[in-house]
Amino acid sequence: MNPHDLLAGLGRWALGFLFRLGHGAFFLVELLRNTPASLRRFYLVVAQIHAIGNYSVVIIAASGLAVGFVLALQGYYTLSRYGAAESLGLLVALSLVRELGPVVTALLFAGRAGTSLTAEIGLMKAGEQLAAMEMMAIDPKQRVLAPRLLGGIIAMPLLAAMFSAVGIFGGYVVGVLMIGIDPGQFWSQMQAGVDVWDDVGNGIFKSLVFGVACTVVALYQGYEAEATPEGVAKATTRTVVISSLAVLLLDFVLTAVMFSAPR
Amino acid sequence: MTRRNIETLVGVFVLMGFVAIGYLALKAANLAAMTIGETYAVAAHFDNVGGLKPRAPVKSAGVTVGRVTSISLDGKTFQGVVTMELEKRFAFPKDTSAAILTAGLLGDQYVGLNPGADEANLAAGDTIRMTQSAVVLENLIGQLLYSRAAEGGGDAKK
Repeated sequence: MNPHDLLAGLGRWALGFLFRLGHGAFFLVELLRNTPASLRRFYLVVAQIHAIGNYSVVIIAASGLAVGFVLALQGYYTLSRYGAAESLGLLVALSLVRELGPVVTALLFAGRAGTSLTAEIGLMKAGEQLAAMEMMAIDPKQRVLAPRLLGGIIAMPLLAAMFSAVGIFGGYVVGVLMIGIDPGQFWSQMQAGVDVWDDVGNGIFKSLVFGVACTVVALYQGYEAEATPEGVAKATTRTVVISSLAVLLLDFVLTAVMFSAPR
Repeated sequence: MTRRNIETLVGVFVLMGFVAIGYLALKAANLAAMTIGETYAVAAHFDNVGGLKPRAPVKSAGVTVGRVTSISLDGKTFQGVVTMELEKRFAFPKDTSAAILTAGLLGDQYVGLNPGADEANLAAGDTIRMTQSAVVLENLIGQLLYSRAAEGGGDAKK
């Protein structure tokens, strides 16, 4: 392969990347334009919240508990070196509410709900169900995609809040019941250091953004999937990869904007 | 599954989410304690506010009686102006003094109020006259070194 080919390959890759980014953005705008119509058939959105949200509760709660356990154990190890073990509640709560709650929930969401969305839409496309809908003058974006987007956006912040709440409970179990930190100190340090708007509010805003990103990536990959079994399989893989990367990048940008501003 | 069952399950899901948000707001962030009742605003001028931050507690005898609302600089006297909201049910004499104190050795700074003996009480918009600035560690160390050096110099003369 000569240098010219390499350069052309790089250019092709960059152009394709930009094209998909722009195409995806237009896709999101078009779905958002269709959401008012899907609000009129709210039952469709409710069914999607059920499919996306309810079935994710168990995995979210289990992961939140595990993360809370581990945070308390590891945090205690470091904090006890400085004689500040009472701050464990604060450490666990701030890490969960500001960072781990939204991010880990979004990553789990991409794996648990995003893949199923992509596979569902991809198979609908492969089975020409979407084309059939169009033939009946039903806009699949309005009838199929927009309710899923809304469902994802509504479910994600709720799931993230559950994750953080269960995680804090996990931290309490390990920190207070197992290690034996004073429960009064545990809660009062937490309550003194966690702010409702700056920490809890920003965490919820973060998970809202992640909800939009994860759901739109999953829907876009499904909608643009090649209409073959391999195409759907590839699209599902891409959903996980792109959603995860998007969540981590967005998280960095959001954290830099929201939490590093001088107070 | 019937439509009604799905709706019920989603209702449970949404309720769980709201309970979780409420738990975070009330139990972890203590929203209830942040919203204090009716307040009145007073100001205090400090030569140095140190590391005091907005929303830091205002305490009297160790009990939180209000919060710092804003910190700015007076352009004429070049003093830091700390405005704070005190709870209405606590009235302080006019000659109350304010000090910027630190919770523990490395803790956050807060405003401590030391009530005086005046008959009249502070009203909304009043300014606390007597203040004691925050202790700046560098200045303290500087003074210590200076006094040690002065002592050392005296010894050398003898």
